[in-house]
Amino acid sequence: MSNLTDLTMAEARDGLRAKDFSAVDLTKAHLEAIEGAGALNCFVTNTPDLALERAAQSDNRIGSGESGSMEGMPIAVKDLFCTRDVQTTASSHILQGFTPTYESTVSQNLIDDGAIMLGKTNLDEFAMGSSNETSYFEPVVNPWRREGDDTPLVPGGSSGGSSASVAARLCVGATGTDTGGSIRQPAAFTGIVGVKPTYGRCSRWGIVAFASSLDQAGPMTRTVRDAAIMLGSMASYDPKDSTSIDRDVPNYEAELGKDVRGLKIGIPTEYRVDGMDPEIEKLWSSGADWLRDAGAEIVDISLPHTKYALPAYYIIAPAEASSNLARYDGVKYGLRVSESDDDITELYEKTRAEGFGTEVKRRVLIGTYVLSAGYYDAYYIKAQKVRSLIAQDFTNVFDKVDAILTPTTPSAAFGIGDRTDDPISMYLNDVFTVTVNLAGLPGISIPAGLDANGLPLGLQLIGRAFDEQTLFRLGSVVEQAAAFKASPVNWWSAAS
Amino acid sequence: MSVDIQTVRRIAKLARIQVSENDADLESMTTELNAILNWVEQLEEVDTSNVSPMKSAVETSLFQRADKVTDGGYPEKIVKNAPRAQDNMFVVPRVVE
Repeated sequence: MSNLTDLTMAEARDGLRAKDFSAVDLTKAHLEAIEGAGALNCFVTNTPDLALERAAQSDNRIGSGESGSMEGMPIAVKDLFCTRDVQTTASSHILQGFTPTYESTVSQNLIDDGAIMLGKTNLDEFAMGSSNETSYFEPVVNPWRREGDDTPLVPGGSSGGSSASVAARLCVGATGTDTGGSIRQPAAFTGIVGVKPTYGRCSRWGIVAFASSLDQAGPMTRTVRDAAIMLGSMASYDPKDSTSIDRDVPNYEAELGKDVRGLKIGIPTEYRVDGMDPEIEKLWSSGADWLRDAGAEIVDISLPHTKYALPAYYIIAPAEASSNLARYDGVKYGLRVSESDDDITELYEKTRAEGFGTEVKRRVLIGTYVLSAGYYDAYYIKAQKVRSLIAQDFTNVFDKVDAILTPTTPSAAFGIGDRTDDPISMYLNDVFTVTVNLAGLPGISIPAGLDANGLPLGLQLIGRAFDEQTLFRLGSVVEQAAAFKASPVNWWSAAS
Repeated sequence: MSVDIQTVRRIAKLARIQVSENDADLESMTTELNAILNWVEQLEEVDTSNVSPMKSAVETSLFQRADKVTDGGYPEKIVKNAPRAQDNMFVVPRVVE
């Protein structure tokens, strides 16, 4: 039955409809794959019993003709989404043991449409990181390796457990969240598709908050079609999230295969950064050629404030994080560290000192500093003004183009431990993705080729707000032209 | 602008994170924070006169709902994950003598 794990979501849907196999068969095949993949460390919590129970219910619905759009699909859920009665940690010691009494809107939407959760995936602590190395539960290992080289590589981050589990065929799709690139960068590092929707498209309710004006949930899958199916389920208007937008969810899957002739695609000059990997530059021009061959028009554009996006982000995101993470106090949930004679301030300080990891503390301290009296205007307001200029750059070019094509990342996946000594070199991973979060726009990463070491590389398409349809239409063209069929060689079953 | 060890102590106090009493233990943290602050200060190059700060990712006005209670009435769920709770209340060290 192991071939069931090679099916895409669309193929699995067809197989279930044709009764070639049951939802229980499909779930069991993936649970077996997970059992054999301990060496990848993709999951913080496994939920096999719950999965089999839901799969049996799914088979009943299929039998009575009541299938939802995600019926019987075995998926993984990033451990940042609160799941009722299932531990939710954000990969932080401070939330270890936290078992929500409620379900996030996005994961509830997936359940309502018939999806089956296999477990909760590992991530950078509170989604702060680009390599999954800040997790309290140890790093995730990328299923991909360089050819002839056993060096363990990072799966990207923060949605590293989700990206690795989709690439390793442990699930048909996974949820991710993206604050500065946390869906698209790991998707590129593992050869899968990742979508960061427009801010407000998916509800943030029940997702552990990192930086509320930037966070957005999205799908991670092996094909563009699967991402379209899964986003259609995740997206909704939700009155419980005041930044959720009341707009109908279009049929994204219907966009695939539609004509792209006449669409204008911008190539931003400022994304040609110094020291860019020549293989990535070559892939980027191939991407432009593929879209041109399909009848789109390629246009050079300028996004002049691009270089200021990361510095602005590293003021805004830590500022919001320092406020959001104030709730972890040793009183309401999770870890509590105190001696019997401690006062309440000591309880707070000891709990947070022990409960937060190094990167989280670094960002909380930066955020506290830039929001503190005397520095608020110089840092925080200044960064918000620069954010306006970055958003304005996009508004200006979207008068002339329908989408923008860029590389997703400046490099392929790197080795575990290679970049942990220098926070800024780690932050630079998000140089091509972070602008999209600041402007609130949708972006998609599509696996487009392999580098000389046999590692996957991704291309990113950026669209107008609430125009995910065009991204799916163009993404499907890039996917077909790239004809990316590579998958990681399974070394982990023997190692687990 | 750069921060010294005393400033790092003050920020850590504001953030309610206990740090070592030994200054030497805070040196690497101070160096890292300064590296990040020096890096973000390149924003000073950008002319932002007459630019409004962007406070929200989408231009939308918050909707208003009727002022009615729509949720609640389950204190046992609220305290379920508390490390210490009693009679549906959170337990904290004495704060009033």
